[in-house]
Amino acid sequence: MASKVIHAIYTDDDLLLQAVRQVRDARYHIAEIYTPFPVHGLDKAMGLPPTRLAIASFMYGLVGLTVAIIMMNYMMISDWPQDIGGKPSFSFLQNLPAFVPIIFELTVFFAAHLMVITFYMRSKLWPFKSAENPDVRTTDDHFLMEIDAANHDVEKLSKFLYDTGALEIKLIEN
Amino acid sequence: MIVGALGLIYAFIAAPDTIEDVKEMMAANADHGSEEVAVVENDIHLANPKHAEDSHIIAEEHAKTASAEAAHGEEAGRDNEHYEHLLHQLQNKPWAAVYIAAFFFFMIALGTMAFYAIQQAAQAGWSPVLFRVMEGITAYLLPGSIIMFILLALSGLHLNHLFIWMDPEVVAHDELIQNKTAYLNVPFLLIRAAIYIAGWNIFRYLLRRNSLRLDEATDDRLHKTNFKLAAGFLVFFLVSESMMSWDWIMSVDPHWFSTLFGWYVFASMIVSAVTMIALVTIYLKSRGFLEYVNDSHIHDLAKFMFGFSIFWTYLWFSQFMLIWYSNIPEEVTYFITRIDDYTLPFFGMVVMNFVFPVLLLMNSDYKRINLFVIMAGIIILCGHYLDIFVMIMPSTVGESWFIGIPEISALLLFAGLFVFIIFGALTKAPLLPKRNPFIKESKHFHY
Repeated sequence: MASKVIHAIYTDDDLLLQAVRQVRDARYHIAEIYTPFPVHGLDKAMGLPPTRLAIASFMYGLVGLTVAIIMMNYMMISDWPQDIGGKPSFSFLQNLPAFVPIIFELTVFFAAHLMVITFYMRSKLWPFKSAENPDVRTTDDHFLMEIDAANHDVEKLSKFLYDTGALEIKLIEN
Repeated sequence: MIVGALGLIYAFIAAPDTIEDVKEMMAANADHGSEEVAVVENDIHLANPKHAEDSHIIAEEHAKTASAEAAHGEEAGRDNEHYEHLLHQLQNKPWAAVYIAAFFFFMIALGTMAFYAIQQAAQAGWSPVLFRVMEGITAYLLPGSIIMFILLALSGLHLNHLFIWMDPEVVAHDELIQNKTAYLNVPFLLIRAAIYIAGWNIFRYLLRRNSLRLDEATDDRLHKTNFKLAAGFLVFFLVSESMMSWDWIMSVDPHWFSTLFGWYVFASMIVSAVTMIALVTIYLKSRGFLEYVNDSHIHDLAKFMFGFSIFWTYLWFSQFMLIWYSNIPEEVTYFITRIDDYTLPFFGMVVMNFVFPVLLLMNSDYKRINLFVIMAGIIILCGHYLDIFVMIMPSTVGESWFIGIPEISALLLFAGLFVFIIFGALTKAPLLPKRNPFIKESKHFHY
């Protein structure tokens, strides 16, 4: 594990984005960035791989679709055919319009909930978890960039970060 | 200007198309007209089924309606009334074809106008680089709406039977229509049409004029004026569009009604319009214009295509499911004719307008690839042509429908006219509204 990190604090999201680009150009490694709100384009600037959440969500949607179809078919057609409004009750296809809203809702339900749960699991969030962010000000109006300093000259790195517009630079050893 | 030159070249390429189409169209129409007028006389003077049948077959050969012929063969010589009915349907066919194609392109222009007004009223930051494209497409609004008015007026003069409520004999025997005559009568219909058309075109004229003047202006006052005009247009549009859809489309089936019909037509309109904007933009971009349009703009247009396709499906299904579920005879006949006689276009358009764009445009990256946007766009436009087809044809032509020469040539005629007019209009102004207060944001738009 990297034992030495530098915390650089910025006060503006545009400044942060600019700094991220400079830091990456100078071949320093950004371990993490803490921001009070989502900064557009930050993931691209940091060079993070695109999210695969959308693909997962699509698959969850398909699961929901299948579950809904099987469920409606079992409940309304095969297990206990129900005559509602004189609609043909022994055929799934002929009853399909009545089932479409349910199929749609369950598709959305599965996709949305499973996607959120996946997101929590992937980002290691669960109830009663203690906060990870190193500085409470990142929940208010400050932006914190964590840079690996293990194999670099700390003095030089600090000077460089100061030039990118950092308000505060802290060396953390652990 | 370079823009002007290239646009004009394109327009000239399109122009022969239109003239040829006009000739073709006229020929098609003339064939129908003359043959069928003769048949009417035969029907009246000689109540001889055999003779009438012969004439019918001639007419049908010209109309190339294979399905009608088959239906015809089965019931040959049974009774004259059926022929007369079929004859009316066949006479309606070229008219309905022209009406559908005219409405389709008119609808794209009107939808683009609405989309443009939404962008103006919402003070959208991403779209100003596309404003001139949208304004160019709305240039078809005036000719398109005048053509629609002429077609309605011709119907009112009983030159065709698209609107059965315009026929006093039908109304005399139909209590339901009699109760609606206070609203459904020819003079009032034309007055309403004139009001909508005048309203839309005045707003369009003012918005376009202000947008052009803003380029030369020294302050942003005209931008504010346009904002107010766009908001005013949207209010006027939402009411008039809804009434227009009752008047021009729903009334071909005067017994039937649907309370969300205006919305349904609007959904079709806006998705076709956004698709057309995307296609024209991609075309112009590929010719080296619109240097500031990047793939993020295309991405946003594709998002709208995707979103409005789902919106259309939502309304389509809402209309269908409620009527299917309640199963009230006067409402459900609408869908029974469409499902029994129009199975392929009726379900085909759902596939084209929903399944295809949803699967193709779902992926965020595909929305940035021109090829995919164009493919989805062409399918969406065909699908929405079919949508209008399925709205109009069953009530005017009944089961003797066929997408043959009249339909395709009418579509080509109006497509040619549409392309000619919009590219003509695109050449008349610089393609970048340079004084728009949001233009800088739009140029740098990046998602």
